[in-house]
Amino acid sequence: MNDADPQHGPDRTIVLEARGVSKRFGAVLALDEVSCTVRSGEVLAVVGENGAGKSTLMKILSGVHEPDGGELRFEGRPTRMRSVRHAQDLGVSLVHQELNLAENLDVAANIVLGREPRRLGMLDGRAASRIADDALRKVGLSISPRTPVASLGVGSRQLVEIAKSIAADARVLILDEPTASLSKAEADRLVELVSQLRQGGTAVVLISHRLDEVLRMADRIVVLRDGRQRGEIDRSEATREKIVSLMVGRDVEAVERRPIESGPVRLALKDLRSDAHPRHAVDLEIRGGEVVGLAGLVGSGRTELLETIFGVRRARAGVVEIEGVRLPPGDPRTAVARGVALVPEDRGRHGLFLPDPIRLNFAMASLADHSRGGVLSFQAIRRLADRLAEDLHLRPPDHARAAGTLSGGNQQKVVLGRWIARSPKVLLLDEPTRGVDVGARAEIHAIVRDLAAKGCAVLFASSELDEVLSLADRIVCLREGEITGDLDAADAGEEAVMARLVAEQVA
Amino acid sequence: MKKALGMLVLLVVVAALTSLAGEGFLSAYNLENLCRRTALFGILAIGAGLVIMAGGIDLSTGSVVCLSGCLLPWLLVEQGWSEPAAVATVLGAGIAIGLFQGGLVAWGRLQPFLVTLCGLLFYRGVARGFTADQTQGFQGGYDGLRTLATGRIPIPGLTDLEAFDGPAAFAIPAPVVSLVAIVVLAAFLLRFTVWGRWLLATGRNPEAAAYSGVPVRWVTLSAFVSGAALSAYGGMLFVLDVGSAQPADFGNFYELYAIAAAVLGGCSLRGGEGSVVGIVVGAALLQVLRNTITLVEWIPDNLEYAVLGAVILVGVLADELVRRYSRRRGRRLAEDRTSEA
Repeated sequence: MNDADPQHGPDRTIVLEARGVSKRFGAVLALDEVSCTVRSGEVLAVVGENGAGKSTLMKILSGVHEPDGGELRFEGRPTRMRSVRHAQDLGVSLVHQELNLAENLDVAANIVLGREPRRLGMLDGRAASRIADDALRKVGLSISPRTPVASLGVGSRQLVEIAKSIAADARVLILDEPTASLSKAEADRLVELVSQLRQGGTAVVLISHRLDEVLRMADRIVVLRDGRQRGEIDRSEATREKIVSLMVGRDVEAVERRPIESGPVRLALKDLRSDAHPRHAVDLEIRGGEVVGLAGLVGSGRTELLETIFGVRRARAGVVEIEGVRLPPGDPRTAVARGVALVPEDRGRHGLFLPDPIRLNFAMASLADHSRGGVLSFQAIRRLADRLAEDLHLRPPDHARAAGTLSGGNQQKVVLGRWIARSPKVLLLDEPTRGVDVGARAEIHAIVRDLAAKGCAVLFASSELDEVLSLADRIVCLREGEITGDLDAADAGEEAVMARLVAEQVA
Repeated sequence: MKKALGMLVLLVVVAALTSLAGEGFLSAYNLENLCRRTALFGILAIGAGLVIMAGGIDLSTGSVVCLSGCLLPWLLVEQGWSEPAAVATVLGAGIAIGLFQGGLVAWGRLQPFLVTLCGLLFYRGVARGFTADQTQGFQGGYDGLRTLATGRIPIPGLTDLEAFDGPAAFAIPAPVVSLVAIVVLAAFLLRFTVWGRWLLATGRNPEAAAYSGVPVRWVTLSAFVSGAALSAYGGMLFVLDVGSAQPADFGNFYELYAIAAAVLGGCSLRGGEGSVVGIVVGAALLQVLRNTITLVEWIPDNLEYAVLGAVILVGVLADELVRRYSRRRGRRLAEDRTSEA
């Protein structure tokens, strides 16, 4: 893609500028005198680890937060963005990471939401359809404006969000992790759309974790770390290594993958069919000591498969066996009792009791072991929490605090700790390091490897190939509920895995 | 617990103001009555609170009170049953109601609000049906059984035994004994047992509880059974206390007193939190307020519900503000520590 040649882009006037912007939340300085310029017809990427301040910067640029220090300039004039609405009126539009569409309404109603065309005080449906049609054409989405949003996939929803911004005449479009949940084809389409918008003179601000994408799309890259600006790199000088070293500011050790002596078969799936993909049966065996990565795109049925094994989702057909003994379907209690553990994708919803103390969160799955005759032993619970907090390097290690006060990585350690307290035989993890920063990620990987070394069979699902390749001994590829590959991680490359995940496309 | 303390302070303040503004608040007769009513409503409120802590709501309390209040004298007087059989049947009916409602919520996945709203209509309808809307009373008999509610236990050294039956002597009303036993048991179960943790966890985050292997359905069922059983027991004490029950209005609105007491006492309707002692303080506060309205002359009695509604609203609002403040502070503290770490 050579569409990002700076010399041939349209006229690049500065639309939006942040000068020495700071933002403090309580005692934390989320942004410390950050400056950046957003020019029309240019893609500015903002990268950084979780907690580096990217989202805060975006929220300031789009009127969600007001800065505590520094100033914003819009078209050269100092401006206060008083609200999201105000920012939108100026032409600055944020497309959120979690999409904000009203699922109960159709596409047209979403596109004109908040600025509905009216005739004689009544909703003008025809004008709304026209506006929507026009915007949908610009983003290259060929669906009817009457389509209910609920029936659209993630990729189309993302495009509808962008269409909504276009319909609002956005001059600055801020995209927060736009491809995080898109398939390869959808992501490619988005990349193309962004370059079109850019050619048309729109200023695009892109936040992304995916460095290859950043390198492909951005004209300039701003790197944030710990709320401070660590560098601004021009497209011509940008390399992956350079960005990473600015982002991390230190070297991150990769987990050492020692071959583990594999033990007896702990988990066996026989002809298992989940309700998400009942057409495909899954057969799989995992031995103690093995770490198996479940790779798949969004919609491949990773989460559904793990939930079906654990029993929070009922299998359509087939058998789950733990050490050769069949598990009753749809019964997570028995699964837990037999030594199966699931670390869910959505920690806040399925994993933690956020307002409750960490130590209670640790003990939640093993209360029976920490009680006598049904009466809790607070001493035993405290001992458990002391041990886990130390073993897992919980930061801060005070386990009397509410679990909700921890960072993402430490919350994940708490969920893991809950299962370690039970010495699981089969550990299932769904996106084990989502929303976790690089340092904690390495720690979590080490914990998982350690559990495997103690004889546990591990099956983890991840949408990040990097993670699958670096953590797993064996990679199982899942495509639309079907196992399309079972590879040895030592000699599987990124391409080999990817090829098995993506549906064959008719050229 | 902190909240129970705040409510306790409020209770003392309201009591002090009432004793200044109205006649006879501190009389032995009035105080004893307050204790009796607090105990009776406290039992209902603990039932309501357990359901709320488990993430549910029970609107059927008043109708269960009516059903058991009518059933007990009806079985004894009209049907001539023995006392143990009648009492066991009444409590059994309460447990059956809890199993029914809890079962519909846990296995039928119906919303507790709707299930118990239907219960509210249904049980009162049943009570009015089998009694043909006739007042059910003990007709002067069953004094032994009635001691459970009407009994008075003298306090050695304090109670004036000479004038024991007069209004000047203070004695502990018998329902307080039931209340204390229930408070101790419920608080113990809630704080110190696996079941209690499961109940609070289910109320806090039922999905995370299920993912941790907690038998969420059974826990929900147990909460509804506890709630309905306590309502049935409370209804029994109510009828034993007053001597008769009129099916059309016996126990009317009691679910609201119970829920209000639970909320004032620290239960969040979102589930997952609350303390038994707090609930009792909440129940006491409501009874003292009702007493205030009666005793203080310049507050018209007709305004009872308006005053109660306003006070509950202020209480809930104050709590929300405190909670928001402390959450913000807590977050700030947490951030301080994280940034140091």
